[in-house]
Amino acid sequence: MTAKAQDTGAAGDDETRRDFLLLTTGVVGAAGAALSAWPFIDSMNPAADVLALSTTEVDLSPVEAGQSITVVWRGKPVFIRHRSEQEITAARAVDLSTLRDPVPDEDREIKPQWLVVVGICPHLGCIPLGQKPGQPRGEWGGWFCPCHGSQFDTSGRIRKGPSPTNLVVPPYQFTEDTSIRIG
Amino acid sequence: MSSSDNTHPLVKWIDERLPVFTFLNHELRDYPTPRNLNYWWSFGSIAGIVLVIMILTGVMLAMQYTAHVDYAFDSVERIMRDVNYGWLLRYLHVNGGSMFFIVIYIHLFRGLYFGSYKSPREILWGLGVIIFLLMMATAFMGYVLPWGQMSFWGATVITNLFSAIPLVGDSIVSWLWGGYSIDNPTLQRFYALHYLFPFLIFAVVFLHLVALHVSKSNNPLGIEAEGPQDSIPFHPYYTAKDFFGFGVFFLVFMGFVFYAPDFFGEPDNYIPANPLATPPHIVPEWYFLPFYAILRAVPDIEVFGYILITAKLAGVILMFGSILILFFLPWLDFSKVRSARFRPIFKQFFWIFFVDCLVLGWVGANPPEGFFVVLGRIGTAFYFAYFIIIIPLIAYFEKPRPLPESISAAVLGGKKGEDS
Ligand code: HEM
Ligand code: FES
Repeated sequence: MTAKAQDTGAAGDDETRRDFLLLTTGVVGAAGAALSAWPFIDSMNPAADVLALSTTEVDLSPVEAGQSITVVWRGKPVFIRHRSEQEITAARAVDLSTLRDPVPDEDREIKPQWLVVVGICPHLGCIPLGQKPGQPRGEWGGWFCPCHGSQFDTSGRIRKGPSPTNLVVPPYQFTEDTSIRIG
Repeated sequence: MSSSDNTHPLVKWIDERLPVFTFLNHELRDYPTPRNLNYWWSFGSIAGIVLVIMILTGVMLAMQYTAHVDYAFDSVERIMRDVNYGWLLRYLHVNGGSMFFIVIYIHLFRGLYFGSYKSPREILWGLGVIIFLLMMATAFMGYVLPWGQMSFWGATVITNLFSAIPLVGDSIVSWLWGGYSIDNPTLQRFYALHYLFPFLIFAVVFLHLVALHVSKSNNPLGIEAEGPQDSIPFHPYYTAKDFFGFGVFFLVFMGFVFYAPDFFGEPDNYIPANPLATPPHIVPEWYFLPFYAILRAVPDIEVFGYILITAKLAGVILMFGSILILFFLPWLDFSKVRSARFRPIFKQFFWIFFVDCLVLGWVGANPPEGFFVVLGRIGTAFYFAYFIIIIPLIAYFEKPRPLPESISAAVLGGKKGEDS
């Protein structure tokens, strides 16, 4: 093999071998450099202590029907509304095909009377109004975002305005009959 | 030749080892500059002086400022009330930011009008656009530091833009935040980057000047300086002219600092940030308003009833596109004539475009309802049409007026081009 290579002219063969070595070391080096960027990038992701604070326990027993409370989960407001019978009926009577982000009300809560949604407008992150008595709730009786006018219904679904999606339902479980753990 | 001017033995000794004096002589004294530059050409050096002021006042502020959600607002109030001349440093920095944008906008429109982006100055122009982008990032992060209501909610709205990116949007946003919302990690990284970026700007400005000294200044006639009769040395002619410009500029700047320091500010930013209550009307700083209007202009883009691109994503693409398109301008405008003085049609559209930018700014300052939605859409459509359709068409069809033979012939021959 080597003898044959020498026969056909060492210079030419040497060149292709060098090209090959140059290319492979170059590629491996570039890949290594690119990979070593990852710790720098990842250091900017949420740190362990931030992640550790990521569940919130809420006692729902003091909240009467028709009332709402706002709790903080991961630094964000979470809206919890104890819905009245009319609010539930209104949310369930909607023709899904008229919705921008069609999800039946039944799929948005564990118990129909408790609606739990992240209180952040999916448009550009403002906090919609409608938690306190006297605040505007929009035409569908849910929430109204003052920033660019998104309106949400009593299921937290987008009905009008620029928000592309419904208010997000966070992951939560009932730990007891009237208390939940979010996160 | 220039090094022989350095006669002092110490100057000579240093210059032979580190040729700073030769360099300065070459780039400032002997540097040939077209003899017909008007005051629109003063804004580049004014921008330079503003950058120096921003870095100087910024470093002094940094010695007193605390980047922590619990202390940031109070530390800025302490700067205002307790630190010796803290109010002055902060008002210089705050109003300096606004002045920086005014100066850069004038500088940029000067380039658009006189065709300074055309060959051989494409890279010079592109570096300018990079400086503009870095400035926007720097100012945006600086505005978050005092941790007032507008700081917090402005940052929330702008960082949330990135969630519009399909698939990876949400991961990018939580990476930017370092958490699940704008919070202490966000404030700290913005502070670190706000400190870093001005020095990056400084470096790009240096490259901008290197490119300038290769191609030399454009001028109001837009024709190249051919020989010594077309040029004069930068020093003392333009240093003197620039210093006069500095004087006028400082009158305006100090007028704001001492008599209307909160003119450009939002009262809401004197309320500490509250993550649980959005102010009723969120507006960015004035210099972002036209881009904010473009962001909100587009509706959902639907094809046969399916939403192809959501309004949010389309807005984000257009907003970034409105700046990135500037990089392509040297090729979109292929007319050989640079200066609008000799381009009758271009000149008219230039002024319409200028008004369009003001209109977009006005739209950006108002809630997106009724009339403003329509106006915002028309303004945005014109903005892009100007670059993509109108400019190439003019370049193709327009018959430019005859160009003067040379700068010296036009300037010294008694014939005067009309002023802009
Ligand atoms: C390109 C240059 C710069 C621009 C455009 C800029 C812009 C801004 C803006 C708009 C603010 C918010 C002002 C307010 O409302 O209070 C700010 C704050 C601040 N900047 Fe800068 N800045 C620049 C350079 C620097 C540098 C170089 C430093 C430090 C090394 C610095 C340090 C600070 C500090 C500590 C604050 C917070 C104090 C305060 O809000 O007054 N800046 N900057
Ligand atoms: S952030 Fe709510 S409508 Fe834009």
